[in-house]
This record gives sequence, C-alpha cells and structure tokens, in this order.
Amino acid sequence: MEKVLMIDYQKCTGCRLCELVCSVKHDMVSNPARSRIKVIKWESEGLYVPVSCQQCEDAPCMNICPVKAVFRDKDTGAVMVNYSVCIGCRSCIAVCPFGAMNFNPLDKKVFKCDLCSGDPQCVRFCNVKAVDYVDATKESSIKKRDAALKISQAGKLGATIQYEG
Amino acid sequence: MVATCASATARTHVMAKSPLTNMIGSTNMGGFFAPELAWAGFHHLVIKGKAAKPVYLWIHNGEIEIRDASYLWGKTTTETEWAIREELGDEEIKSAVIGPAGENLVRFANVMTGIKNSGGRTGMGCVMGSKNLKAVAARGTMDIKIAHPIDALEYNKQFIDQITSAKVNQTQGALGTPFIWGATNSWGGVRTRNFQYNQLEYADEVEPENIDAWSKKSCGEYNMTACFGCQVHCRAKYKIPDTTLAQKFGLVGKYDEGPEYTSQGAFCSEPGCTKLDTLLIGNHLVNQYGVDNLEIGSIISWAMELYELGILTSKDTDGLDLKFGNDEALLEMVNRICYRKGWLGDILADGGIPAAEKIGKNSFNYLVQVKGMNNLHSDERATPALALNIATASRGSDHLRSRPAIDLYHLPQDVMRRIYSSPVPYDGPLSSDQREYIGKPWQVFWHENCYMAVDCLGICKYHTVFLGATLPNFEDWPKAIYYNTGLEMTPKEIWDVAERCNNLERLFNLREGLSRDDPKKGDTLSHRYFDEPCRRGAPDVIGATIDRKKFKEMIDEFYEYHGWDKNGVPTPETFKRLGLDNEPSHLL
Ligand code: SF4
Repeated sequence: MEKVLMIDYQKCTGCRLCELVCSVKHDMVSNPARSRIKVIKWESEGLYVPVSCQQCEDAPCMNICPVKAVFRDKDTGAVMVNYSVCIGCRSCIAVCPFGAMNFNPLDKKVFKCDLCSGDPQCVRFCNVKAVDYVDATKESSIKKRDAALKISQAGKLGATIQYEG
Repeated sequence: MVATCASATARTHVMAKSPLTNMIGSTNMGGFFAPELAWAGFHHLVIKGKAAKPVYLWIHNGEIEIRDASYLWGKTTTETEWAIREELGDEEIKSAVIGPAGENLVRFANVMTGIKNSGGRTGMGCVMGSKNLKAVAARGTMDIKIAHPIDALEYNKQFIDQITSAKVNQTQGALGTPFIWGATNSWGGVRTRNFQYNQLEYADEVEPENIDAWSKKSCGEYNMTACFGCQVHCRAKYKIPDTTLAQKFGLVGKYDEGPEYTSQGAFCSEPGCTKLDTLLIGNHLVNQYGVDNLEIGSIISWAMELYELGILTSKDTDGLDLKFGNDEALLEMVNRICYRKGWLGDILADGGIPAAEKIGKNSFNYLVQVKGMNNLHSDERATPALALNIATASRGSDHLRSRPAIDLYHLPQDVMRRIYSSPVPYDGPLSSDQREYIGKPWQVFWHENCYMAVDCLGICKYHTVFLGATLPNFEDWPKAIYYNTGLEMTPKEIWDVAERCNNLERLFNLREGLSRDDPKKGDTLSHRYFDEPCRRGAPDVIGATIDRKKFKEMIDEFYEYHGWDKNGVPTPETFKRLGLDNEPSHLL
C-alpha cells in the first residue's frame, strides 16, 4: 500500500537530524544545504516545522516540467526526477507550493525527496516521530482521532463549566 | 567530530585565560553554532588582539570578514543574533555572541548562541568584550566529508538507540536537567542560603514536575527542544507567566528555554527563593544579558549572607533589602551586576575573590569557591568523590570536568569494575558507597580523562557515561571516529590525548600560581566543607563533613595517578610518558 510522510510539527524538537541524515544518505556528505527535508524555525517562539515533499497527487512540478522529466515511482508513489531528461530549467522549483523541490548549485541539479525507496531516513532517525511514514489512508484517520479527542475534551470542559455555574 | 554523523555533535568550545580565575578559561556550549561554523569551512578560530571599536566576524563559506558592530553594542544576546540575520539577510545565520554582561566586562560573562546555549563558565564573554568582539556569525553550505557515510549512519543509529533507551535520558528528555533537582533536593545534596543549609523547603513550585506542567501549559504538550542532531532533547520551552513580578520587569509572555538545574540553584536554592516566576524570569535575564547563571546566583547568595550578618549594610546595597528569599532583590541584583550599577553591583561583577578583598571584614570566609570560581549549588560534604572533583578541576570549582556523577547510583561492583578498568587497567578498590573515600581518586581521575575526551570530540556529555552507566565511553568512540573521519584510534590513544590535554591545563595553572593548599588558588575547598556539618536531608547526609585527613590522602592519591608530585606538579617521567618533554610552558 502506498505510504506518505506525515509531519507533526508540534512534536519537532528542532534538532535537524533529519537534514543531516538526508544529506549523508543521498550525497555521502554532511551538509543540510543538500537535504530534501528542512526544518523551518521561528526561534523566538520555539516553533519548528519540518517541510518536505508531499508527493502531491496532482503534482505542480510534474505538470509544469516542459520535458516531462518528473515522474511518479510506481512502487513508492514518490515523485521523482529523471536526470537524463531534466534540463535544469528550475520551473518545478518555481511552482512547488512547499519549496520542496531544491536546486544544488554545485552539481547544477534540481533534487527532491524520493522517500529513500520506501525507507525514509528522516523517519528512521526521528525518535519523537515528528516525521512519520504511514499508510496513505491512515494519515487522515490519525488526524481525525486527534480532532475527536480535542472535541471530547472541549465537551468535558464545557460540562464542568456549566456544572460549576 | 562536529557536524558529522556521530551523535549530538553540536558543541562549541571557547578557551582563553580566565578573567575570573586567572587560570584556564574554558567553556562548552550546545546549540547550532559549531556545526554551522564547520559548514562554513572552519573548525577552529584563533582570535588575537583587540579591535579599536565594536566589531563582529562574519564567516561564510571559507571567508572571514570583520564588520562594524557599533549598532549592536548594548543589545541583548538574542537581539544581537536576530539583528545580524536581518543585516545580512539570511535567517540561517548562527552566531556566538555576548550580551550586556560581556560588554560591561563582568568577569563571569557568557558567550551565548541561540536562546539559551551558554558558554557559561570562567568568563569567556568578558574576554570577547575586552576585544570589542560582539559576535562571531557563521553560515555555511559546504560539505563535511564523511569517511564511511553508510557505516557512520548505521553506527549513529545504534548510538541513538543506546542513548535514548537509557532511563536517565528519557527522563532528561521529558523534564530536562531539573529532573536531578527532585532527587538531590530531597536527599539534601543542594546548597541553600549560600552554605547554611542543604535542602530547600517549601519548594513545590520549582519541582521539575511543576516546571514541566507550566511548560506544557505555555508551550503545548510537546514542549522539549534540542541541540543539533540530538534525540535526547533536554531543554524545555516556556513562556513567562503573567505575575506581578513579571509585570514589574516587563517580561510577561516572553519565550525562553530551560530553566536548567543550575538556574534552580541560582534562583531558588542558593538565595532561598521558592517561586516559579522568579526562576523563569531569572533564567531569562541571564540568557539575555549573557552571564553565568551559576556564578551570579552564588555570588548574590554570598552577598545575602553577608547582608544578614551585617557585613554588608543597606548603605552598601543602596537601600536594597538583600535578604534571603527576597525574589525582587535577587533579580534586581542580577540587573545591577550585569550593568555594574551601584557600588555592590560593580564589585560583585569582578568575581568573589576581588569583591571579598574590597568588602573585607572576614567576608572571604563565607565565599564558597575553588580557584576563584563559585561552585554549582550542589553540596559535596556527603560525597567525597564529588568534593575531590570540584577541588581539583582545572577551571576552578566545577561539576563538568571530572564529576563521577554515577558515583551516586550505588552501582554494583562488577559494573563499576567494567567501567573503571578500561582503557587503562585498574585493580585497586572501588566502592559503591558515595560516602566513602576509598577508590574515589581513581574514579575522579578516570572521569577527568573521560570528559576531556568528550570535550575534544565535540559531542555532548549526555551522550556519554556522564549520567548513565550504560552510555557510551572510550570503547565506543573509536568506531564513531573511524566511520566519520577515517582516523584509526584505540580507546587507549583517546585516553592519552585526554591526559595530555589535562596536563597542559595543569601546566598553565601552575604557571599562573596554582599551589596545592592555597585557599584562593589551590586544589582545596572552602573551610566550610570541613567545619560545618550538613544540617538537613537523608539520615546519611545529616552531620556529614569532609574529613581533612582523608581529603588530603585522596589528593595525594589523585596526584599519583596523574604522575604528579606531592605539590601537584607533573614529574619529568610524566612529561616523557606523554611526549610533552618539549612543551616549553613546563619551564616554570
Ligand atoms: S542532551 Fe541536551 S545539551 Fe546535549 S545535545 Fe541534546 S539537547 Fe543539547
């Protein structure tokens, strides 16, 4: 079954280990500038949000690519780049709503998350599960559960307030 | 190892001669600065001389530029960091900065990075201030080569699992360092009201669980944050509550991180305060001003005792009622010291020993220091190993250079034997009883080398045997070093490097006047450790003092392991053994 990256920014501790392991896994060096995932931070608030490719169904990068270099991997569902076709025009970067398509000025190549062929290292190393890899259908049921919990808590609180007058 | 795949390689180390102790100045902080500097192409910076006017260094992908910092002068630590990002137009810039305390040459000023990562001992911020160096800013996108990337990645994963499976680190990751407070305060291991008592009463508000509850309330259920690459994530996030005190200081709702165990000492146990908002505000102030929380808490508490004894009067304090438990006076004093306001604020900013000389009247007797640096708020009278540790630590009274913290765990003998007889064989005595004197010198010696190795590696002590007996040490590092750097080292070779470093620090200190029994410059303790028994705590703590004779024997034995003579001076054989015989600084 197809799986997706699920990000829960509330759990993120901002350590950026995901960025490190992503660069080591793909490029054999430590360099977050090469990472496919990036933790965006609002440090004066303590807010950290990991941002990565959503492997969109109707992927803008795939749609805009003038040479059809962007394609979907059948096994993982990941949106991939075929470098023998890519001309490096960077249109895909311009249209990605998440900034998840990147450009590496050294190799002069666009690059993006490929879900590590089904074993995403960012997920493997994130013990707090701010980044998780779940069945595509589960993502929404997990979110539903969270929302339901909040609703029930709010309900209980409402009852107490009423009771206490 | 910074910025490699070894776990939590986030540490920045800053060294210079200390303006506080006049001996080795050395401080270590976490955060994100060190890896950023590495990606910018530099692992070490040597900063010589002094700028004519305020400057900062801008280090970017192999280039270093000296830039004007006059507009930054006077700004707090985070204001400075944010302003540099804005000026250079890059949010990813990480800076090591000083705050007002460093600018005002407070002798225990910090170097800081991020919200709360503090290079907080021996006054390295004061050294930066004296050089007119407001900040070192770094940003890099260069590769750090990993020698064996896939192996490094796998070994890192193994390390992380080992580290995060330890209970101590799980607790740390939930409550932060204050978790120790719950234990140490309950058995009587903290120093309160300067040195008068050893347990803080009515401290419910500042117990770790309560801090955690506030932290969750103000910052959400997942409220922990981490240094670069760290899965322990030991620091809590919080916002300052809306209280009268917070309103007075204009800090309601301000974001900060911590408070660490040391802040609980500085703003609770030592000055005898028990309010959560005082702790949270105090922690925020020291982070923003860039000053050593531990030193400032201790020195104010010392002044409080002097005030209660009548050695200091309200004339000296400009009317401030500096008695124990006065939260507002405590925070006001932090302010005065960092800005050198008033007679007392100004002299306390110079550190304990110079201040005692100015105050006179027996005030030195109440100062709890080693080599001119105040101790953590811990009370070592019931734990001789820990007492030996603070007495002999090279940078002055210090819990991070050689503290055998696991000595408090009553470890089984075979576990102790396994830890302490490698990489150098040891078949002498070992005792699981923390009140014992026997076997302790070896433990302190072993930990001294261990922590030196950790600091040299640039990794965090929580990822080592520091607080958990099952956590990595000498045996585990060679692989991490090899996979990441390609360098082949044995555990014994790592030990040797550490020993060499420790000996060099010893030489430096000897040159600066270290002499074994000197109460101001020696390897010894405040007389109160020997003369005033603990008053509170667990049954085995009450009445404890350090035994002078046994303490002396511990020091003798400790020197022997180092290959130092009775005065603590390395012998010619030791120089030879360590290959230091060409080192000129031993020609004292
Ligand atoms: S354990 Fe704490 S201090 Fe150490 S690297 Fe992790 S977050 Fe930083």
